[in-house]
Parts: sequence; C-alpha cells; structure tokens
Amino acid sequence: MRDRPASFWILSAVFALFVLFLYGPTLTIAILSFQGPTGGLTFPLNGVSLHWFRDLFEQQAVGDIWGSFRRSLALGLIVMVVTVVISVMTGLAFRTRFRGSSLVFYLAITSLIIPSILISLGVGILFNLLDLDVHWSTSGLGSQLTWTLPFGLLIMFAVFNRFDASYEEAARDLGASTWQTLRFVVLPIIAPSLIGVALFGFTLSYDEFARTLLTAGSYNTLPLEIYGMTTNVTTPVLYALGTLTTVFSFATIGLFALLMKVVLARRAR
Amino acid sequence: MSKVHGRGQALSAWLLSTPLIAVLTVFLLLPVALIVTVSFWQSSAYSYSPAFQFDNYGYLFGSPVTLSVYLRTLMFTGITWAVTLVLGFTVAWYLAFHVRTLPMQIGLFLLCTIPFWTSNIIRMISWIPFLGRNGIANSVLLDLGLVDAPLEWLLFSDFAVILAFVHLYTLFMIVPIFNTMMRIDRSLIEAARDAGASGFQVLRHVVLPLCKPGIMIGTIFVVTLVMGDFITVRFMSGGQSASVGRMISNEIGLLQYPAASASAVVLLITVLLMVGTLLRFVDIRKEL
Repeated sequence: MRDRPASFWILSAVFALFVLFLYGPTLTIAILSFQGPTGGLTFPLNGVSLHWFRDLFEQQAVGDIWGSFRRSLALGLIVMVVTVVISVMTGLAFRTRFRGSSLVFYLAITSLIIPSILISLGVGILFNLLDLDVHWSTSGLGSQLTWTLPFGLLIMFAVFNRFDASYEEAARDLGASTWQTLRFVVLPIIAPSLIGVALFGFTLSYDEFARTLLTAGSYNTLPLEIYGMTTNVTTPVLYALGTLTTVFSFATIGLFALLMKVVLARRAR
Repeated sequence: MSKVHGRGQALSAWLLSTPLIAVLTVFLLLPVALIVTVSFWQSSAYSYSPAFQFDNYGYLFGSPVTLSVYLRTLMFTGITWAVTLVLGFTVAWYLAFHVRTLPMQIGLFLLCTIPFWTSNIIRMISWIPFLGRNGIANSVLLDLGLVDAPLEWLLFSDFAVILAFVHLYTLFMIVPIFNTMMRIDRSLIEAARDAGASGFQVLRHVVLPLCKPGIMIGTIFVVTLVMGDFITVRFMSGGQSASVGRMISNEIGLLQYPAASASAVVLLITVLLMVGTLLRFVDIRKEL
C-alpha cells in the first residue's frame, strides 16, 4: 500500500469530527435518558436509573404517546405501500417518453421542493372549504405522499435508467405476456431497489412533521406529540422518548438492510 | 429513454402515471390553487369569505416587518448554504477520492445518511444538553478558561438555528455531490497530475467543474428546505427569531387564512424564482 498523503489524515480527522457532530448529540440524550429520578435536562447525571423510561409506560399527565405511536406506525405502513406501488407504476410509465411526461416530472419535483407550510396551509383550506375534518388518515396521508412520492420516483428513475431491457426482450421472445414479463422478470430484478423505496416511504412518513402539523387533525402522530411535549415537558422523559424512537428508527433501518441482504443472497444462488 | 413506440404504449404510460397525477392534483395543485385564490379573499375575526381585493398583499408589502423577515430568512439560507456546501463537498471529496475500497466507501456513506432516516425533531432536541446554559459546550469552555461566564447565545439563538440547519441538511449536499464525484473518470485526474497540476489545481479545474450538477441539486434542496422552514427556527431560537415560514404559521395559528395565503404566495414565487435560476445550470433528468 502506498503511503497516504498528509491531506488524507487531515480529511480523515475532518470526517471523524463530522460523524461526531452527526451522532454526538443523539448519543448525549441517549445517556441523559438514564438520568436518576432527580436529574435534569443537562449533565451531571444524578445517578443512573430507568425511571424516565418507566415514566413513559405509565399513565401520562399530558398527551397520548402510545396512541400517537400506533397512529404513526399505521400511517407509515400505509404511506410505504402506496409509495412503492405508485413509484413503480410511474417508473414503468416513464420508460417511454410519453406526451406530457416532462410536465408530470416537474410536477413531482415541485412537490419535493415546495415549502412544506404551503402543503399544510393549502390542504387545510381545501378540507375547510369542503367542510371535511382533517384527519391523519386522509389529509395527513395525502400531505405525506407529496413528500415521499418524489423520493420514491427519483429512485425508480435511477433504477430504470440502468435497467437492461434485453432481459425483457428475451422473456417476450420466449412467449411471456406483458404481465408475465413484469411479474417474473422486471419486478424480481428491481426488488432490492423496491426495498429501498419502502424504507424511504416508511421512515420519511414516520418522522414527518412539517406537512402533517396542520393536516393531522386532533389525533397526533408521534413527531407532533413530541413537538407538543417540547413546550410543556421539562424532564428527561423527553430524552427517554427520543431515545426509544431513535432506537426504533435504527431497528427499522436494520430490518430493511437485512431484507435487502436476503433478497440479494437469494439472487446470488 | 426510448422513443414513443405507439399509441398503445403511450396510453399505458398515461394509465400508469394516473395515480401519481391524481395524488399530486388533490394534495399539491388544488391546494396551491386554493392558496392563490384565498390570498385575494377578505377575512373577518374568525372566518374568511370570497372577494377579489389586494388588501392582503397591500398589508404584506406595506409592513416594514416583511422586508426584515425576508432578509433574516435569506441570511439563514445564505449562511447555511455556504457551510453545508463546504462541509458537504469536503466529506464527499474524502469519501470519493481518499477512501480506496468500495465497501468502505459505501459503509462510510451510509454512516452519513442514516441520521436522515431518524426524527428531525429529536435531532433538534438533542442539542439542548450540549448547548444549554449548563450544557457540555459551556462547561468545556469554562473549564478551559476561555470564558468567564456561561455563553447565553449558544442555545435559543440565531447561532443555534444555523447549527441545527447544518446538522440536519448537510446530507442533502453530500449525497448529490458524492454521486457526481463517483462518476468522474479517474483517468482525467491522473492526466491532470501527469500534466503537472497540483492537488489544489486538480480540485479547482477538474473536480469542481465536473461536480457542478451535484452542487446545484444539493443547493436546491438546502435552499428550499431553509427558505420554507418554520419549525427549526421556532424551536432552536426559542421563539425569538423570525422567518417567512414562521410568519405564515403564526398567521395560520390566528386563523388569518387570507393573510397567510398572500404570504405563502410570495414565498412560493420567491422559492420558484431561486430554483428556476438554479435549474438553468443543471438538467436533473440527466443526473439520475
């Protein structure tokens, strides 16, 4: 191995500091969530206990943490499925340059870059004028899709831009119908990317905040519940909740990574 | 992408994109159209009704607050953009050109992207024990004798707002820049070196120009996220600093929908103009 230049070591240090910057604060609250019962929001630790975690599982004075967690979970799963299905369909559509495709493409880009407050405000007005109640499963779902669909779509574009169409031609030459080609050739080939789209769909929804704030109605999702807590909870219970939901996010990412590994390993056989 | 093969294919393409178009029509186009419409309506104490008048805009442009809020938002955007660009470029440069094996590159890249899939609000909250009056930063500074009294401006200040933006959004620079860097033909860099270019010259005249599309895409993300933000500013400044997004969310909180709509229209136009300018430097469809 060649000797590394000095710049390598400097940049390695910068990178290490950056990673510390990314994870340091999260680690700090993970440590502080084990505060003793008399501990506060900052160091020092007044003993070590599970007090604040236990607090989470007991009757809450404010809000409904577990209800909001269940709603976030349900909404995340719905958003995930819808995002995968619609992204694949649109990805397939965009393999031919149909009339108006640019318009649809820029519509999706607009959905991604539009300030979230406009979605919140606009969907709020829409439901208000139609005399409908905003609810996480209707207005909340739609608002989140404006955020997750563009990501799913961009991934599908990247996938199909690299897709070797000769596999499909081979399948068709062997007499496969359009549906059979899709089901037995195209979908298995793009399966790992679909897991990626699903991960984006679920996690972006599970943590989504800005577009759901005014469109979720009276039943909060978890991020909204946490946001509400920041204004009136001044104990480490906030950190305990933050630690749990971060652990949940990591577990979700791990699960998807495992799933992807299984799919890739199956293919290698 | 292939050319249109025939009517059948075009029809199926249209049918396949219908669900996307339907969702975006109901939850993007229609809401934006309503915002534009309502921005001309009139409001009473707790409701609003159809009209066609320019009072909302008149009030918006007549208020001295508007300009200062926009300037502050632009300041947040400008500083965040500059810091995330330098930081993101450096990290991407390290990953693409200094890390030598692909598994290591992918591993470190994932290390940078994983926080993207965790909660933003938790990541903001996690700065409290670090920046607070009795936080880690102040303890360290006091112990080192660098300050005599705890710094008050670390948390709940403009500094904290920008720090949080950098913390949350540097990723949006790293990913597209890393992506363009990985596509640079390594022989170009060797050719430059053989021709006698220094490390800095390679960076300045070879890598930087080739990374322009990635930089532009990262810029679009960072600029639009910061321009429209209303939560980070509120939370990290402790409610003391203003931004355009916060102004709108306050108006919504007061149920002043026509006023909020007028502000939102002006914000949307501002953001679209900025993005439109940036898009002149990059063809997104070619970069995927």
